[in-house]
Amino acid sequence: MSPAGIWDAFNDPNLDGWHQLWIHVRLSLEALVLATVIGVTLGVVAAKTGRVTGFVVSAVANLGRTIPTFALLALAVALSTIGEGPTLVGLVALGVPPVLLNAHTGIREVDRGAVEAARGMGFTPLAVLGRVELPMALPLVFTGIRVSAIQIVATAALGASVGANGLGVLILSGLANADDEILLAGAIPTALLALAVGGMLALAERLLTPRGLRLARASRPTKTMRSTT
Amino acid sequence: MTASAAPAGAPRAGVLELRGISKRYRGAPRDAVAELSLTVPAGAVCVLIGPSGCGKTTALKMVNRLIEPSSGEILIDGVSVRDRRPADLRREIGYVIQQVGLLPHLTVFANIATVPKLLGWPKDRIRTRADELMRLIGLEPEEYAHRYPAELSGGQQQRVGLARALAADPPVMLMDEPFSAVDPITRERLQNDFLRLHRQVPKTVVFVSHDIDEAVKMADLVAVMDGGRLIQCAPPAELLSAPANSFVADFVGADRTLKGLSLVRLEDLELAPAPLVAEGTPAESVRERIAAGALRPLEDAVLVTDERGRPRYWRAMDRLGEPAGTARVEPVLDRVTTLRDALAALFEAGAAYGVVVDGDGACVGLVGVDAITGSLRGPVARSEAA
Repeated sequence: MSPAGIWDAFNDPNLDGWHQLWIHVRLSLEALVLATVIGVTLGVVAAKTGRVTGFVVSAVANLGRTIPTFALLALAVALSTIGEGPTLVGLVALGVPPVLLNAHTGIREVDRGAVEAARGMGFTPLAVLGRVELPMALPLVFTGIRVSAIQIVATAALGASVGANGLGVLILSGLANADDEILLAGAIPTALLALAVGGMLALAERLLTPRGLRLARASRPTKTMRSTT
Repeated sequence: MTASAAPAGAPRAGVLELRGISKRYRGAPRDAVAELSLTVPAGAVCVLIGPSGCGKTTALKMVNRLIEPSSGEILIDGVSVRDRRPADLRREIGYVIQQVGLLPHLTVFANIATVPKLLGWPKDRIRTRADELMRLIGLEPEEYAHRYPAELSGGQQQRVGLARALAADPPVMLMDEPFSAVDPITRERLQNDFLRLHRQVPKTVVFVSHDIDEAVKMADLVAVMDGGRLIQCAPPAELLSAPANSFVADFVGADRTLKGLSLVRLEDLELAPAPLVAEGTPAESVRERIAAGALRPLEDAVLVTDERGRPRYWRAMDRLGEPAGTARVEPVLDRVTTLRDALAALFEAGAAYGVVVDGDGACVGLVGVDAITGSLRGPVARSEAA
């Protein structure tokens, strides 16, 4: 086994690592976008509709995180067919909880004084959400998205076991043929991709967090942002 | 004050009328506010005061419809607030709260510009108005406009909160314990700033407080509430001299004479002239002025001022002409300071005399402990006569 061997395996036209990488990225991106939309929407609704709903939604989301993804994939296959469809469903189900929980917490923890002042100045309820609550919850929501993204990218490899394409195909093939070079030609890019995505989103989080919020966070060291990992 | 501080256009103030408003929260055994009727004349400050749970904040929030009354009517300049869309109504009512509630992700400028933006003002007008307000509250626009709330002290934040509420020149302002979250010194300064601002830009103000001293100091009209009902509504002097019943008397407290000191401000007293000497004046000409009787040193010292008449330090006669020391003048009192606060400041500094300054910080005279205690003989009668 050598790095050159792994590289050759990755470029082998039969395995077609580049194509699988592209499928992997596309599948992950689709799942992340869906998970973000669903997670933020549910999180906002949960935060806005009172204590009981909020509690139920976050309890379910927390429970969802304890179900093994593989079981989820199996369930999705049992309910539909093999291939990309159930893999996407499984990845979205995996990606929603971190985003949802952080959106929920983020909105709930917005300074009540700011919200009351905004209402008192004549912001409509929608403007309070869009211009006060969401911007202030943004850093926490972004942390949720980052956690989801890393999990989705890492887990997308499992899709190969239910017939989806992606870097998992190389991993499975490597296992089946007891060929470590092929195995690593799938595993290493998967790990690198997860790291790169995590780093990129962390950078984006820094760039997108309003300066005023960063300062506010720095001046209140007791109230640090929680990561849900 | 300065011409640039005057607001563009005539400032507006509205008449606020509460007509028999009641509020009962769902499941509550009694009304939070019961049959409250109150008229606040245009430009007056009405302080709602009472023990916690007396309904004062509920009453306040019914004016801008953050809480809807169960019955009764609230009119601003004769128009019922119920006939207005809540968001539109609130854009015409300044709102200042204890938590300040500045939007942390926006700059000081953007915070002040909030309501004018909601009202769709053109950009230059917003810019001009924000600069004017920042100067009015003593924060230089060049230095502070682009700072974030987290970069300001508590007192500065509440100043910005005040400027934000004034931005669209609302005829009515609601203030819910605005100064109770800051330390006593900052609170006193904010109160004085507010009084000075209010004099320049009269607004009809409803001000919730739990502090009787604050009420007596700020109010044209004090409304004492208990258990959701209005017990007495009167000018502060009348409240102190003739409490309606034992509840009000207890609430006002036993030291009513002392509280009367809060009714009189330094500018109401005849101030002693200060022995002012502009910085850099030769010792020789100072002595000449003294010899001519044009300058009378106080306890053998003169007060050195900068080029704008602001006090810098006391200087003993025998040390005239020596370079400036680091000793600060204490206390320096704004002329809108109440006698009570002034007395406290004098005792605090252990000084026999305080230097009284105008809004620009220029010295207008001296006040001594004697002058203040002398006024104790009848501060209530005095302010009624004024």
